[in-house]
Order: sequence, then C-alpha cells, then structure tokens
Amino acid sequence: MGTGVIELENISYSYGGGELLSDVSLQLQPGSFHFLTGPSGAGKTTLLKLCYGALLPTAGRMMAFGEDIARMNRDQMALLRRRIGVVHQDCRFLDHMTLAENVALPLMVSGRAENGTQDNLTELLGWVGLGSRLEAHPPELSGGERQRAALARAVILSPDVVLADEPTGNVDWEMSQRLLHLLIELNRMGKTVLIATHDLSLIRAAKSQVQARVLRIAQRRVQLAGANL
Amino acid sequence: MSKGNIRNLLRRDTRADRVVPPTGFTAQLTLFVSGAMAFLAVFALALSLASGRLADRWASELAGAATLRINAPAEQRAAQTEAALSVLRQTPGVASARALTGEEQAALLSPWFGPDLPLDALPIPQLIEIIEGEPGLDATGLRLRLGAEVPGAVLDDHTRWREPLVDAAMSLRRLGWISILLIGGATAAMITLAANASLAANAQIIEVLRQVGARDRFIAGAFVRRFTFRALFGAAVGTLLGMSGVLLLPEASDAGGFLTGLGFQGIGWILPALIPILGAGVAFLATWSAAQRKLKELS
Repeated sequence: MGTGVIELENISYSYGGGELLSDVSLQLQPGSFHFLTGPSGAGKTTLLKLCYGALLPTAGRMMAFGEDIARMNRDQMALLRRRIGVVHQDCRFLDHMTLAENVALPLMVSGRAENGTQDNLTELLGWVGLGSRLEAHPPELSGGERQRAALARAVILSPDVVLADEPTGNVDWEMSQRLLHLLIELNRMGKTVLIATHDLSLIRAAKSQVQARVLRIAQRRVQLAGANL
Repeated sequence: MSKGNIRNLLRRDTRADRVVPPTGFTAQLTLFVSGAMAFLAVFALALSLASGRLADRWASELAGAATLRINAPAEQRAAQTEAALSVLRQTPGVASARALTGEEQAALLSPWFGPDLPLDALPIPQLIEIIEGEPGLDATGLRLRLGAEVPGAVLDDHTRWREPLVDAAMSLRRLGWISILLIGGATAAMITLAANASLAANAQIIEVLRQVGARDRFIAGAFVRRFTFRALFGAAVGTLLGMSGVLLLPEASDAGGFLTGLGFQGIGWILPALIPILGAGVAFLATWSAAQRKLKELS
C-alpha cells in the first residue's frame, strides 16, 4: 500500500446477490482533488460510503490513514469519521435542533464544544453564507442553504478528507458554483476532496480553477476519465 | 462498567441531551410506568415490613407464655386452681403464674358474647397465665406432673397455633418482597420496551450522529440519561403518592387486629426513599442494555 489518505485495493462490493463494484483500486493522496462521475446507479454513493466506513467491502482491502477499516472496532470507526467530513445529497440534519446546533454537532460529539467555539462557528457559517441563519431550523432552509450547512458541518472538525455526494444535485447553477468554490477553497487549505457527481458541467467549471483528477465508474470498475468529458 | 463510566454517563450535558428529541409517547410511558410501579412498591414494602413486625411480635409474645386451663366442676375448681399454682411455683422455668380474675376472663370472652357475660352462670374453666423464665419450660414434664396432681388441668404452651400464625406472617413478608421484585422486573421490561421504541424511532438521528463521529457511548448516554432521569422523577412522584396513602391508613389498634398498622414505623419511613433511586437504577440498566443491543444491530 502507498501513501494515500484513503486507499482501496482490489475492492469489490456486492449487494442483494449482484456485484456493484468489482476489483476497484484507488488512492486519494493528501491534498488531492478528485471527481467521481458515472451514470445514476453506477455505484458512486456506494464507493463514497466505502471510503468512510459506512459500508465494508465484500472483497479486497480498504485502508484509511494507514489503518485497515475492516479491523476497526466501532470506537475506532467513530474516530475515523471525525477525520473524514461527508456532505450527503440529502444533507441529513436533526430537525429539532437549530442550524448552529446541527453544524456544531461534530464538535459536541467529539467533546470539543467549549464556549470559545461559538465565534469559530459563527465565522464558519459566515464563510458558507449562513451567518444570519444560526437560529433557523433545517426545515426552514432552502436546498442551497442546506447544502452549504452540510458542508459547514462536514468541515467544522477540520477533517483531512472531504467527501461530497452530489453536493449540487438540488441547487441551481449559481449555487452549485458557490459550493464548488467553497470545496476548492478547502482543497487549497490542504484538504483531500472527493466529489461524486453526474454533473459534467460542474467538472468542466472546476478544471479551470483546480488540478482535479476525474474518475469514472463504468461496468462496476473505476477508470481515470480522459480529457473528453 | 466502572463507577467512573457510570458517573460520566449520568453527568448532565444539556447540549448532548438535546440530540434526542424531547417528545414522544415513550416519555409519557416511562413517567407513568415508573410512577405507578413506585406507588405499588411503597405498598408492597409497607406490607412486607408490617408482616415482618407482626411475625416477630407474635413469635416473641407467644413464645414466652403458656396457658393452663382448669376444667373441673365448679365446687373443685378453686382447689384445683390452688393445687396447679402450687405445682407451677415449684416448677423450674416458670417465672410467674397467676389465675386470671373473673373480669379478665369476661374481657377475653366479650368479643364473642358481649360485655355483660354472666360468668358465674356458665361452666367456664379457670385460666392460669404462665410466664416462662430461665432455663425454659419443660412442657412434657409439667404435663405429666399436672396429670398426676391436678386431673382437670390442660397445659397449652401456644405452639399449636403460634407456629401457623408466625408462618402466615412470614409468608406475607415473603409475598411483599416477591411483589417488589416483580414490580422491579416489570418496570425493567416496560422501560426496555420504551427505550427500544425510542431508539428505533430515532434510528435516523443515530445514523447522523455516527456519521459525524459520535461514539456509541455518547449516543447511548443521551438515551440513558433521558430515561434514567424520567424514571427517577416518575418514581419520586409515585413514591410520594404511595407514602401519602400509607400515612392515611388507620393506626395499629387492638380492635383492628393485624389489618391495621400496615404502615411504616421509625426508620422504616426512610426505606421508601430508596424506591426512586432503585427505579432510576433499573431504568439505567434497562436503557443501557437496550441501547447497546440496538446500536450493535444498527452497525
């Protein structure tokens, strides 16, 4: 195995008798920027879930920060997830809590929610353009606001890796550019970024701003996409 | 689980507690069950303690006494009574012996025949009360001697009816404790059901918490605290209501017999205070084990 923060070695994943991914190998180097593309149902979300341990491969080896995920207990898995920020397409918030509380959730569960963090939280929400929505509840937010809040929650612990699953799936072009810009900014801060998307225009827009590798899932395998997207 | 872990789990953390939505039927169920069970536990405890006292009292009062009955024709009764008293005075293990007066015998019979009983007109045997002393009464030897010297004397050392009474009181005490155990078990079962329902209803929240890096201890702790403090509050209210009910029970009296005096006495009033603590303990264990099972299942 190499020096990647996340490394997949001949990974296969089957579900319900069918193989979704077959013999996939992939390395995410520190500070790299990747897009993962492919048609709906190709296995993009599955691959992302394998990367943060929500699913375990049926064959092959999956390493995160040099540790074999299959050998991790539930406590070690929790610690791993503090190093990998995830932005889901459906965002997944706790609706009875305010936006500020939702974004601060990773701080709370990791025991780092001291009084001084309020300023950082306000600053972070300001960075994603939600500084005035601290006390709003998730159902009151628009699709774009939810995506930005999910991004803020994913990065509040300053993780080494940010995984985003169709982060622009429910937002308009302008908002998708804004989200892309935030993800590129994170990459410039040294974070490894992997974005799963079927939106090729987003990838084209990103290529002019960041050096990104584009991976394509096709026929259960991951390939490096060519220049012709 | 170490003491430190239990302390950490129960330490209130208002922010962490907010991750579990505060409403839902499990909240009312836990409050109601722990309150009702604590109310019943107070009465079971009162019954058990009172039965224990009754058994002890009957055992000690009746064990140290015996009764001698002189069944003789009226013209011989006084002579045989005197002869029996004379035998008793010389018998080792008899601390004192005295013939009951006519008034005392009438008082014994008044519950059945009323207060104006004409004792002289009835063939009532003379009763002699014997108080035992050291080294204890040899009932067999005394019977043999009385048989020879006082033919109309019948010795009753109370064994025949003391033992069933004490057994009955002890059985009541056992039933009281069994009831308390059953109440504890039923509380644990109900709270486990409520906790399982709450964990299942909040499976999505658990998934989000795990996704942002929450350890199982954090997630279980939020549920355990919620259920433990609810059970503590419900049990405290139930205990207070139960103790108020016990306070309103009639005081112990001779007329009421063993049906009165079922409340607490002296230090016994402190024992019900343990019920909310035990209820909270039961809720803690039930929720902790339900949470561990559910979290493993959701992994």
